[in-house]
Amino acid sequence: MESMLEIQNLDKNYGTVEVLKNINVSAKTGDFLVLVGPSGCGKSTLLNCIAGLESISGGSIHIGGLDMTHVNPKDRNIAMVFQSYALYPTMSVANNITFGMKVRGVAKAERLSKLQSVAKQLQIEKLLDRKPSQLSGGQRQRVAIGRALVRDPKMFLFDEPLSNLDAKLRVEMRLEIKKLHHDLGATMVYVTHDQIEAMTLATNIVVLKDGLVQQIGSPDAVYRRPANLFVADFMGSPAMNLIPVKAISEGSVTRVQIKPAEGAPIELIDNFNGDLPEEVILGIRPEDIAEARLRAGEDTQRMKCRIDMVEPAGADTYVVSWLGGKQVTARLQSETKAKSGESLDLAFDFSKVSYFSKTTGERLN
Amino acid sequence: MTNPTAFIAPRTGKLIMRWLLFAILVAFALFYLIPLFVMITTSLKSLDEIRAGNLVALPVSVTFDAWRTAWASACSGIQCEGLRPYFWNSVLLTVPAVAISTLLGAVNGYVIAQWKFRGANLIFSLMLFGCFIPFQVVLLPMARTLGILGLAGTIPGLVFVHVIYGIGFTTLFFRNYYVTIPVELVKAAKVDGAGFFRIYWSIFLPLSLPILMVTVIWQFTQIWNDFLFGVSFSQAGTQPVTVALNNIVNSTTGVKEYNVNMAAAIIAAFPTLFVYAVAGKYFIRGLTAGSVKG
Ligand SMILES: Nc1ncnc2c1ncn2[C@@H]1O[C@H](COP(=O)(O)OP(=O)(O)OP(=O)(O)O)[C@@H](O)[C@H]1O
Ligand SMILES: [Mg+2]
Repeated sequence: MESMLEIQNLDKNYGTVEVLKNINVSAKTGDFLVLVGPSGCGKSTLLNCIAGLESISGGSIHIGGLDMTHVNPKDRNIAMVFQSYALYPTMSVANNITFGMKVRGVAKAERLSKLQSVAKQLQIEKLLDRKPSQLSGGQRQRVAIGRALVRDPKMFLFDEPLSNLDAKLRVEMRLEIKKLHHDLGATMVYVTHDQIEAMTLATNIVVLKDGLVQQIGSPDAVYRRPANLFVADFMGSPAMNLIPVKAISEGSVTRVQIKPAEGAPIELIDNFNGDLPEEVILGIRPEDIAEARLRAGEDTQRMKCRIDMVEPAGADTYVVSWLGGKQVTARLQSETKAKSGESLDLAFDFSKVSYFSKTTGERLN
Repeated sequence: MTNPTAFIAPRTGKLIMRWLLFAILVAFALFYLIPLFVMITTSLKSLDEIRAGNLVALPVSVTFDAWRTAWASACSGIQCEGLRPYFWNSVLLTVPAVAISTLLGAVNGYVIAQWKFRGANLIFSLMLFGCFIPFQVVLLPMARTLGILGLAGTIPGLVFVHVIYGIGFTTLFFRNYYVTIPVELVKAAKVDGAGFFRIYWSIFLPLSLPILMVTVIWQFTQIWNDFLFGVSFSQAGTQPVTVALNNIVNSTTGVKEYNVNMAAAIIAAFPTLFVYAVAGKYFIRGLTAGSVKG
């Protein structure tokens, strides 16, 4: 499929502050691109640059194959949904939705028919005469999306559209946005710092930190094979366990020595990864550590661990232990017999582990 | 547990406090209204009655002669035309000066608050500085400027002076109001394709009623009540009502006509009272209100 968004070597400075550094991102038609990163990493700024609401200091932006680097927002064929919704407070819902068409000189009959169809699609027909202040959070959000929909844009830009909603509504609206994307087949760029939103919506995730792209990849790739320690720690909840270990590689097999809370290091055999330096950080997701009596097989290695804490969380139970001087969390089935203060045999799934350099933090395997 | 007296006692206590508060407020209000009362009653008395009677007594026979004289025939200096021509001078001067300075302040405030450009804060600081320059300091430079512009002694000249002097305040009012409006509103409108003035007209102006009222009242009061600029930059025939009032009260020919003076003072003060009475509730609202809630 053709390329819809092509950002090359984008830089953005505010005076002497570099907010975005050499960003290269692209999206194909129909992609759902999610920008994630901690607060202040430049997500909104990047979105504003794509929309043309901020001028860029270097690089180029192509949308739909056209160079849009210096083009006005209104001519970029994009629509944007803002974090605060930015509904025009003195206009009715109907006028909010049709304002853009009015500005562009669309005939009244067409405005009305588009308004009707969008209102129907978003189920806000009954709200058209109200003012934004008379709407609930979820309704406002729908109106904001409606305002974007009537444009029929090539690309939708969303800046944390769900962050003001309560947890339940957020899940509902997340599904609706996913459905919308499916129905419209339009390209979407979506900012969030909720990584569940990122995982469920994205076809591609861009992880940003301090204005630098850390990793671009499918949700699965970003989750399973994080490019560095930052991504490993940022994506997933509870976070990936990052345990400093000693690795002794012999060809394609590695002996991994882990220091337990007390006593001599314990050696586990990794049959999947070789050629590692001695000082590495082992990354393993909580769900890749299981209770040994329930999980066996040659990809796993067992280890007796002292359990420090047991946290039941409904469907799963998290148990915390100390390994290599770090808290290590395992996600066990809720019927586990683990008790805090006792020892438990845990099985580590080495087919799913990541290794990171202790010095650079980059992924090694 | 439930003790009825303990329940009632604080309520009666509260009631007494409430009434005490009202009583004090009413007393203060009356105190402040005494001058107005004296002015009105005096203006309705004949000169004989004033000389004979008590200052705070009600008029024995109400007469509007003093008002007629004040309006149409009181003498200020050599002319004896009353306040009327000067009152209209003031109207001709105040209305355009208020309108122009408010309009410029609105656009300035909009630009400074919502279209941040390089140096916006510096310009705003300089304008703010303008608010603190005393009238007296600008008298000579302004006289010179008006001379160069050929506006010396004219009503447009006075309008010019008041607009220049007012811009600092009006910009401050509008800027402070508009900074509370989220910048995303402008961004959304830009994506919708609206330009600078369209955004102002369709989105900001409809939000601006309270601050518009504050600014209009403020400017109207300032300009209508101004004496110093009026006396410095006008000449016979273009003087505003405040200057004429001064001349009437200070004209030394004959006896002091207190009733005429009082009537003239009330006439001169009437427009500002009227504006405040009509738009006062917006004034309070505009000073206290934020703007938009999400
Ligand atoms: N107008 C500005 N002038 C100077 N610095 C700015 C300006 N706007 C944003 N920044 C800085 O740019 C950085 C990125 O801001 P941005 O709003 O893009 O963050 P974000 O990733 O969207 O954060 P959040 O998740 O909190 O919304 C921040 O450090 C911020 O302080
Ligand atoms: Mg943001």
